[in-house]
Amino acid sequence: MKKVLLTLFPLITILLMAWGYHQAIYVAPDDAMQGYIFRIIYYHVPSATVAFLFFFVSLIGSIGYLAFRRNSPNRAQVADAWALAGAEVGVVFCTVVLTTGPLWGRRAWGIWWTWDARLTTTLVLWLIYVSYLLLRRFAAGPQMQTLAAVLGIFGALDVPIVYMSNRWWRTQHPAPVFGGDPGSGMKDPTMVNALLWNMLAWFCWGMLVLFLRYQVERRHQQYAAIEAQEALEASA
Amino acid sequence: MSSTLWTHLAKDLRIEWRSKDAINSMLFFAFLVVVLFSMSFDPRGSFAQQIAGGVLSVATMFASVSALNQAWAREIRHQVMDAQRMAPTSGAELFLAKVLANFFFVSIVQIALAPVFLVMYNLHAEGNAWLLILVLPLGTWALVANGTFFAALAIRSRNRELLLPLILFPIFLPALLGMVQATTNILTGESDPWLWIKMLTGYDIIFTTVSLLLFDVVFHAE
Repeated sequence: MKKVLLTLFPLITILLMAWGYHQAIYVAPDDAMQGYIFRIIYYHVPSATVAFLFFFVSLIGSIGYLAFRRNSPNRAQVADAWALAGAEVGVVFCTVVLTTGPLWGRRAWGIWWTWDARLTTTLVLWLIYVSYLLLRRFAAGPQMQTLAAVLGIFGALDVPIVYMSNRWWRTQHPAPVFGGDPGSGMKDPTMVNALLWNMLAWFCWGMLVLFLRYQVERRHQQYAAIEAQEALEASA
Repeated sequence: MSSTLWTHLAKDLRIEWRSKDAINSMLFFAFLVVVLFSMSFDPRGSFAQQIAGGVLSVATMFASVSALNQAWAREIRHQVMDAQRMAPTSGAELFLAKVLANFFFVSIVQIALAPVFLVMYNLHAEGNAWLLILVLPLGTWALVANGTFFAALAIRSRNRELLLPLILFPIFLPALLGMVQATTNILTGESDPWLWIKMLTGYDIIFTTVSLLLFDVVFHAE
């Protein structure tokens, strides 16, 4: 059953991504104001959603590691693997967001970048998680896992503060597609459909990569444990 | 004030009083940053008023990193840190003592730097100058509380001196924005700094509380 799922899920993901591409490029109409360039939203918004979701996974993993590290080491290792996978894959998706955003902004606003609330928050978030990954490289062993978990919690705490402070500072980013003001957002149902399909496709793709990264990290942990055991036995 | 906290604080102050390492290096470093910025941006007239807040905050930030790295590195010699770990007291008091000591040092640097700043940038506050007495300590506290915490975290890794700014600066960014905006608003008198003062206060309360709660986890990480 597990094997069937493991082969089926990537297949479904690839099909979904092809379908999402078709919807985004051929089915959805051009935007009335922005024309063709607006289609980048079908990659920008799903990537942003997935990135934020995975940073949240990382936060949960960090909290889980700190909670379990004393009384159930195995669960703590699982939590730590999720924390790492979430941060790492999240940074990749966040990089996609930070690349597609300026590409669109150059055409729509006439500028590549602006220090607006959401742009700055995303950039700071990216910086925080890159520093998190750096810490994981620079420190070693179980001590590193604890330190990384603490930094993960600090980073997550910082996000709402960064967001609010930048909102007070300045805001230029377009209003949200879902849950914005009544005047904003998408009016054409085929556009909304295309966006939803792409959200689903990129979510599945993200989950696939996240799961693979998690598995790699678990193997890595098991390998490290065996190595430590062998070193102990050799010295005894 | 509890006696443990007082003991740690008195020890740090005494060491600094005898060596004056942290204050001297910070003072010179901050002064250098101010000079470097002046040469890069050529501050004259109203432009000086605009950038002075940012230069002061960034100068303090860079300078304090050197002192914060030393704050814990000093404890590694002669296994002082191991002794502190074994001591049957809460790590939060040790942490708070270190923050207070470093806050004191950085504040001295700021007070010493202020006249230099006024002269070199030809500053005069258009808004309420007395509000600076509120803004600068709030910003400094945010910097020093987080910095002391992350220095204790970075000391456990290799490349410790390199790692501290790399993990401190991204987290400190919103506080830096608050500090710069509040100072600039006071100096130019263009808008009200109170929003930023409130934001800084909130940041200080949140991060100091979390640091106090999580310090033992970092300090005893093995």
